[in-house]
Amino acid sequence: MNLVVDQSVCIGAGLCVLSCAEIFDQRESDGIVTLLRAQVPDELSDSVIGAVRRCPSGAIRIEQPEAVSK
Amino acid sequence: MIADVLVVGAGQAGLQLVSSLREGGFSGSVTLVGEEPLPPYQRPPLTKAYLAGQVNENSLFMQEDDFFANHLIRFRSGVKVTSIDRRHRRISLSDGSVLDYGRLVLATGARNRALPQHLGAPMGLLSIRTLSDAQVLRRRMGPDRRLAVIGAGFLGLEAAVIASAAGCAVEVIEIGSHALGRAVSPQLSELFSRYHRSLGIRFRFHTMVESIRRHADESWTLTFDAGADVVVDDILVAIGVTPNTDLAEQAGLDVADGIIVDEWLRTSDPDIYAIGDCSAFPHQADGNRLVRLESVQNAVDQARAVAAHILGNAVRYDEVPLFWSNQAGLRLQIAGVARPTDAAVVRGAPADNSCSVFRFRDDRLVAVESVNRPGDHMQARRLLKAGAPLTPAQAADPGFDLKSLYAPTPVAG
Repeated sequence: MNLVVDQSVCIGAGLCVLSCAEIFDQRESDGIVTLLRAQVPDELSDSVIGAVRRCPSGAIRIEQPEAVSK
Repeated sequence: MIADVLVVGAGQAGLQLVSSLREGGFSGSVTLVGEEPLPPYQRPPLTKAYLAGQVNENSLFMQEDDFFANHLIRFRSGVKVTSIDRRHRRISLSDGSVLDYGRLVLATGARNRALPQHLGAPMGLLSIRTLSDAQVLRRRMGPDRRLAVIGAGFLGLEAAVIASAAGCAVEVIEIGSHALGRAVSPQLSELFSRYHRSLGIRFRFHTMVESIRRHADESWTLTFDAGADVVVDDILVAIGVTPNTDLAEQAGLDVADGIIVDEWLRTSDPDIYAIGDCSAFPHQADGNRLVRLESVQNAVDQARAVAAHILGNAVRYDEVPLFWSNQAGLRLQIAGVARPTDAAVVRGAPADNSCSVFRFRDDRLVAVESVNRPGDHMQARRLLKAGAPLTPAQAADPGFDLKSLYAPTPVAG
């Protein structure tokens, strides 16, 4: 699973960090989402999906490379 | 059937509560009851990405299909709680069943306010609160359609911007003197209406709707107190909400504008909590005045606070209130709660759609409204959390470093 974030719509709610602090972080200066790594290991996929689903501004997206190439 | 914790209302607050209980290791039985026939979903995108057609229904649901089963949470949807029997700790449901509870959490949310009575309740008016409301509105938008939005609040303006981008001719009718009335400073109100006018949206302020008539071709005529009238294809009514307090009232709990709770979010019955849009809680930063807030942050943080209370790790509820809105090229973030009478000090350039308005009451910072300045917003959250002594003169000075007033600790959540 690959993650993409849209920093232009992020509102710094921080719910993603609550769901999965191993993957998501907030920039010190403005609270906007950053990825600690874009590639999600399997054992974290549940909490990352939770973070994506609960992001109130829709700033996080999962990219499935295989689906795109079809 | 007994639930150690029974949650009424399967919105943002209700779902967060049951999630936080399980994350915190709660091993008792948990039941979540929701009135809509759907699993919990996000409401903010209903007037943003979903309405704009950028995301589909599936992305709105806040959990995977197997979430409730995996966490041993009993989820009952499409059923309404009809009464609370506090003496027997039991609720009755619209399907005739009853449920016993150990602790009860009311997360009943709010409903849209109806038009004033003199306008009647004509069939076919649009409203926006639920996914099905958004589906109807989304289908009705398009080129050459004329939409009247009654109410220039957050939901009305968010919908207006998206309808306009979809090709609708949009007219916003507001009884007050400006956009986003009590929610923001006059400076930001002006910025938003100027920006939206540049997108082609028309505003009528100080305007009361006097009558609404539907024609045979399904178009509508609105007449105003000022005399003029307008013909449109659709009317969206977005004039605010009323908290769902009926159940609490019938059960004899204290209710004002919202279900009254203490600093632990307990109602006048210590085994019943109220969280989210329906809850009126003592706001510590404002001398414990009761406030009722409609926001994701408030729903989530109150749910987490009650889960902690049930788990025995309680802290007094004292989070900095946060709000946001995305409207075309404007990203608005608000920290704190201002009143219309609070002073407003501008930092940045409103003309360039990039500024923050610092709100002061008796020279004490109470809220900061930021447009396209997420850095200011994050600093405001830290300043308000720390109760830092920012003066109006410092806020107005672009050379003043806001960071110098608080210790550099990150804020999460």
